Amino acid sequence: METGLDFTVVWDNLLYFMIGAYPEGPLGGIVLTIYLAVVSCFFSFWGGLILGLMNVSRNKVIRYTSGAFVNFVRGMPLLMVIFWCYFLVPGFFGQPVGETKTVIVALSLFTSAYMSQIVKAGIESIPKGQTEAARSSGLKLWQVMVYVILPQGLRNMIPSFVNQFVSLIKDTSLAFIVGVSELTHVATQINNRSFIYPTEIFIFIAVIYFILCYIFTEFSRWLEKRLAWRKSI
Amino acid sequence: MLKYEFDWSVVTSGQYYDWLVSGVYLTIQLSAVSIVLAFVLGLLIAVMRMSSVKPVKWLALGYLEFFRNTPLLVQIFFWYFGSYKILPESVNEWLNSTNFEFAAAVIALTIYTSAFIAEDIRSGVMSIPKEQMEASRSAGFSYLRSMQYIILPQAVRITIPPLIGQFLNLTKNSSLAMTIGVAELTYQARQVEAYTFKGFEAFTAATLVYVALSFIITALVTLYSRKVLHRAG
Repeated sequence: METGLDFTVVWDNLLYFMIGAYPEGPLGGIVLTIYLAVVSCFFSFWGGLILGLMNVSRNKVIRYTSGAFVNFVRGMPLLMVIFWCYFLVPGFFGQPVGETKTVIVALSLFTSAYMSQIVKAGIESIPKGQTEAARSSGLKLWQVMVYVILPQGLRNMIPSFVNQFVSLIKDTSLAFIVGVSELTHVATQINNRSFIYPTEIFIFIAVIYFILCYIFTEFSRWLEKRLAWRKSI
Repeated sequence: MLKYEFDWSVVTSGQYYDWLVSGVYLTIQLSAVSIVLAFVLGLLIAVMRMSSVKPVKWLALGYLEFFRNTPLLVQIFFWYFGSYKILPESVNEWLNSTNFEFAAAVIALTIYTSAFIAEDIRSGVMSIPKEQMEASRSAGFSYLRSMQYIILPQAVRITIPPLIGQFLNLTKNSSLAMTIGVAELTYQARQVEAYTFKGFEAFTAATLVYVALSFIITALVTLYSRKVLHRAG
């Protein structure tokens, strides 16, 4: 083929791909992608934990409310959640909120719903007998959860959490739509400027995302094997 | 805070209602075409992935890992903006003669989803006892024929619930096609917002359609698992 690929455009803009316009402008690029994923992961872990606990509550109202919320969010495309947050979050805080924060709220809400399913499965994977034993040895219900069930349940679920983190890394690309200068946004900017190298630019960022995600996918598989091995002895 | 005047008539009648309905049709069309293609491709990749011919297996494995670990949005941009440099001239001409936005979205959604479907089918096949393959091979069927007549018909039936889950994801993921100008539901909701400033109403309408679609599909899966799988098992 005579139309060979020319990756000079990538090497010329490498720093821009990494950190965006920083330090003159806001932080962007790969670093912002990782930042978005890590911060949203932190919030959605706690959100998922709370929703998951509500989901196994004995109080019907709590259980149904959280169940309805989770099913509702899981029925929506992430893009729609981002638009909703873009629309409602400033009203909620009573002041303008930056795009980056809005996206973090959207990603956290969306991922919380999925994390809660993992937490729920983790709690349910622990035999009922343990709760009964702990209860009869005098622990209160919350103590049973915090000291007996969660430490074991969550450990079993670590591989699923890591997989969810991989989804989050991929999902941060949607921040592009509201103009947050993460990796995909930076790539479209460079593409608009250079104009004739779209193939090279999008292959490059696909490879970057792949490397990031693949590391964690493999990490999750390794954890899964280790957990299985620990259970077998 | 500004007082927001609700006006639901915007989304229940007239021109903007027609826009949203046309968006719903395009979302369904996009998802339906892509799921059929993704199933065929996923089946092919799954069979390749389980092949004992090393290069074939590695090719499938590379395909799976790469497309599962890169964001769908980046894949959509790649096919839309960048694929012309690596595709043969004749294919480019054909693509340009069709509705290229739609075609690029279908290609991206198909390839992305096929990678997930292939893994679902593989777990379905793994759940079929290995002896069935051995028996069918010793009865004189080739590997491919054993797959075709013995293993896959059973595996696909087990795989139907996760497959429908993938269809659900695909419907939600099709919202990303708006970024390249495919006028599906999310795109139209945004158009209505831009023209009328009635974002709340437009997003509510779109959200309800997505959530309703996902509830209907989820209910069908539950029904299917209860009726068919349990009777067979």
